[in-house]
Amino acid sequence: MAAPLTLLLIVAVTIRAVLFRSSLAELIPERVEVVSPLNAWKRVVEGLALLDLGVSPYAGDVFHETPLIIYFFHFVIDYAEIVFMVMTRLVGCVFLLQFRKQKYALEAERYPLDCLELIRTPKEMYYIPLKVAMFYLLNPFTILSCVAKSTCGLNNAVIALFILCTVKGSSLMSAIFLALATYQSIYPLTLFAPALLYLLQRLYIPVNWQRSSFWLFTTQYTFMYLGSLCVMVCLSFFLLSSWDFLSSVYGFILSVPDLTPNIGLFWYFFAEMFEHFRLFFICVFQINVFFYTIPLSIKLKEHPIFLIFMQIAIISIFKSYPTVGDIALYMAFLPAWNHLYRFLRNIFLVSVVLLACSALFPVLWHLWIYAGSANSNFYYAITLLFNVAQILLVSDYFYAYLRREHHLTHGLYLKRKDGSEATLVLK
Amino acid sequence: YYPPLRPVRSRWLALASYSVMCYLAGVAWFMGLAFEPFTLRTYMSENAMGSTMVEERFPAGERALATGREFAAHKKKVGGMPVDWLVKTMQSRGLEVFTQSFTRKLPFPDENKERYMVRGTNVYGILRAPRAPRTEALVLSAPCSEGNNNNQAVGLLLGLAQYFRSQIHWAKDIIFLVNEHDLIGMQAWLEGYHHTNTTGGDWSPLQGRGGSIQAALSLELSSDVITSLDLVLEGLNGQLPNLDLANLFYAFCQKIGVLCTIQGKLQRNDWDTTSGYSHAAQTMMLMVLKQASGRPWGDHGLFLRYHIEAASIRGINSFRQYKTDTTTIGRLLEGMYRKLNNLLERLHQSYFFYLMPSLSRFVSIGYYMPAFGLLAVILLLRALDLWVQLGASPPGTEDGVAGGVQVSYGPSSPGVLSILTPVVISHMTGVALYTLPILSQEMAVQHFPVSETEAVVLTAIAIYTAGLALPHNTHRLLQGEGTEEGWRVLKLVALLYLAVLLGCTALINFSLGFILALSLVPIAAFITPHTPKALSAAIMVLLSPGCTLLYCVFVFQELQETPVSLQDGWMLFLSVISQGILDHALYGSLVYPLLALLIYPCWLLLWNILFWK
Repeated sequence: MAAPLTLLLIVAVTIRAVLFRSSLAELIPERVEVVSPLNAWKRVVEGLALLDLGVSPYAGDVFHETPLIIYFFHFVIDYAEIVFMVMTRLVGCVFLLQFRKQKYALEAERYPLDCLELIRTPKEMYYIPLKVAMFYLLNPFTILSCVAKSTCGLNNAVIALFILCTVKGSSLMSAIFLALATYQSIYPLTLFAPALLYLLQRLYIPVNWQRSSFWLFTTQYTFMYLGSLCVMVCLSFFLLSSWDFLSSVYGFILSVPDLTPNIGLFWYFFAEMFEHFRLFFICVFQINVFFYTIPLSIKLKEHPIFLIFMQIAIISIFKSYPTVGDIALYMAFLPAWNHLYRFLRNIFLVSVVLLACSALFPVLWHLWIYAGSANSNFYYAITLLFNVAQILLVSDYFYAYLRREHHLTHGLYLKRKDGSEATLVLK
Repeated sequence: YYPPLRPVRSRWLALASYSVMCYLAGVAWFMGLAFEPFTLRTYMSENAMGSTMVEERFPAGERALATGREFAAHKKKVGGMPVDWLVKTMQSRGLEVFTQSFTRKLPFPDENKERYMVRGTNVYGILRAPRAPRTEALVLSAPCSEGNNNNQAVGLLLGLAQYFRSQIHWAKDIIFLVNEHDLIGMQAWLEGYHHTNTTGGDWSPLQGRGGSIQAALSLELSSDVITSLDLVLEGLNGQLPNLDLANLFYAFCQKIGVLCTIQGKLQRNDWDTTSGYSHAAQTMMLMVLKQASGRPWGDHGLFLRYHIEAASIRGINSFRQYKTDTTTIGRLLEGMYRKLNNLLERLHQSYFFYLMPSLSRFVSIGYYMPAFGLLAVILLLRALDLWVQLGASPPGTEDGVAGGVQVSYGPSSPGVLSILTPVVISHMTGVALYTLPILSQEMAVQHFPVSETEAVVLTAIAIYTAGLALPHNTHRLLQGEGTEEGWRVLKLVALLYLAVLLGCTALINFSLGFILALSLVPIAAFITPHTPKALSAAIMVLLSPGCTLLYCVFVFQELQETPVSLQDGWMLFLSVISQGILDHALYGSLVYPLLALLIYPCWLLLWNILFWK
């Protein structure tokens, strides 16, 4: 395992180093698909300059990162390239570690005999961590995001560390990293539920409202989470000695004032909307991101890791300023679900659409902004298609997961009562 | 459950017949575009230019010709652009005059225009708008060409400047520009005006500016009397100006009574006869070929990059009876500028994507895209078929299990390496084709008795041909025998790659995408390792991008009614390649990199499949 990993790391570093030195390094950070107003490196540099001048970095309407990030970069600004490389590397390795620890019980005797082919052999399991790392490190989306020095790479690293700690069962570290991720971009808040479920599962505490041990642990975890979140927010306050950052960071994320086109669903919609509907629809759009937590947690309460995947995917599709770096994060999970492959229905269609859309983004941008011959509708059409494909992909995986569970308990080849073969219909 | 797969043979036949039908339908659709009932009549969409009345009174055609002759004399005396005389003359006509000098070293000598180290000066005068805050501008340019060309255009430009100066209507600055060394000078001026430098030229900054340029016309006149005016629209990378600019030109030609042509072809009224249709089809195909070449076909071509609607107007003097004097052309331009002066916002109402079978008829994007779509759908059908063959459940079926098809690991099973190697090697060949010709010209000149230009072109052709021998069967080194699944996966990759590539190309430059699709789709659809090798290889070479270019050269000459012999055609082909490389280096045309870095490697992938063992 070590040799291919080293090779993988070397290849990944080489690609990034080459790109950092090439002429593309100036072009990529300008692409709206790769950087958002939240995580553009240009804005971080601006914030740092303001900080050095003794002005609040949030004085202008340019910088929207959290105070901890700016102090972090304050110390490592000269090594920014290396930091970004290390961060992506970190994510890769973390993914590697966490899936090594994944155990998919080979409890074959518990299931009907014909399901054996649904359960992965140890040999297949062996390569999954490597595949996950490869999917993340060599994903063009990650590479673009890293070359653009988007701080999205840092957020991904934090989320990856959170997943690692959760999987390892360290509830304190898990809570701290979850708080850090929430502090960075609010949306990871929804990962609270799967983390809690997973930790409960690890401690063999059933999710039961009447059990005191359930309540005890939940309170404990919530307390750790809120405590560390509180510490971070207060620390930010003491660093800058003002509460400016709250409105500049979280207000900016939640009220979506910057309508620069990106690959998300917000910009066009809010650019077209009458002003007096704005508040209502912002609420609808933002609640939409958080809303799925409840039904998914109920449905997937036995499978918290899959729930984490679903949540990350939903966040990266519906968040207010998505970039390709966010998409890369949940795509890295896909090899972990390769046992679902045979149940996927639209994978060909979805991958072709995702591929075509990724190529069409720059083309339509060119036609709209440079050639002036197309307009924003063209670009938004592609955005919409891209997101529909992502939603299809995620729901396809969700369906496949449920389907596999069903087959695990009921046998692979279903028979109707009259003996003919039956098909499953998702309702 | 989906029904059991049909026997391979009948499925193959069905697919083949669908493909052939789609292909024929695509071609038929395209040819139908030139048929008049299927096209739309042009109409002015822009309100600001539509209903207002303009009276043209430009009187001074004869004097403009005299100025032109004076200019010619000074040009001869100086042996180039008579900068001092031009500055003085423009100043005496009441313009603010500025000059800009530029130098440019071409990557290799341009043999068509005989230039290598280019040094020149642009002279421009700004007529400040008396009636508005000078935030917008219009440009009228005339190139100062070698020899005796275009003197009348400069004369008319100066005449118009003097006449416009006396009028009080102007709400936009009007910039009169005389550019040296045609497009190179224009590029220098435009980049100076907009503070950009995309191609690494060297020029002095502009001292004077008008407002943001709304529209531009480039004038080319080489005789005192002309018989017709030709409108040139095709710009850099196949970009076209807003159709309203063409409408404006056509409307004034109708009003003043000047014969006007597009692609050098007059309009005909007998659309229901065979010859009438073939005339329209020829006009449209000329436009398609010019657009596909991606080069600017007049000095206006570079304006389009800056969001400025621009066209070239070219005076043609043939042996027709009908003659037009310079006063009339002056009136025509006056009218056009008066209307452009009325613009309240940039031209945007009308179409940007269109083809014109005649000046009064156009085909919009909604009508011509299906022709491309029908070709592209073949690629997708084939990809889908391969996907099914590879054993995954086809998309859209209800049940993944029921097929009972054993999926080992989906498409990645034949080993990523065996797919990745041909892809990487093909692209490396593409990169070599893109970079080596210019890098290695010196070496080639030292070792072979050729000029630099020939060296570049011949190196390009040599690498292109070497690519055919080099990359195939690399997978065998790694894996021993290539598997049946291996080529299917490779072909699936190649098909999707080609479909996305052609789709993107067709969006930016429909003509280029369509011509490439015409030649590449058949081979992409039918190539397998099991087809007869020699025959397929011959067909593949004949339909390769390089050969497509060669046919285009011949067809273009044929359509222009200047057919060439095989020998001349070949020489023309060589010069077209060198022009393509130069256009990329000088103006940033994208056709050469597209062909070298993307289309050619894609074709090599298909070539790889043919020789898969």
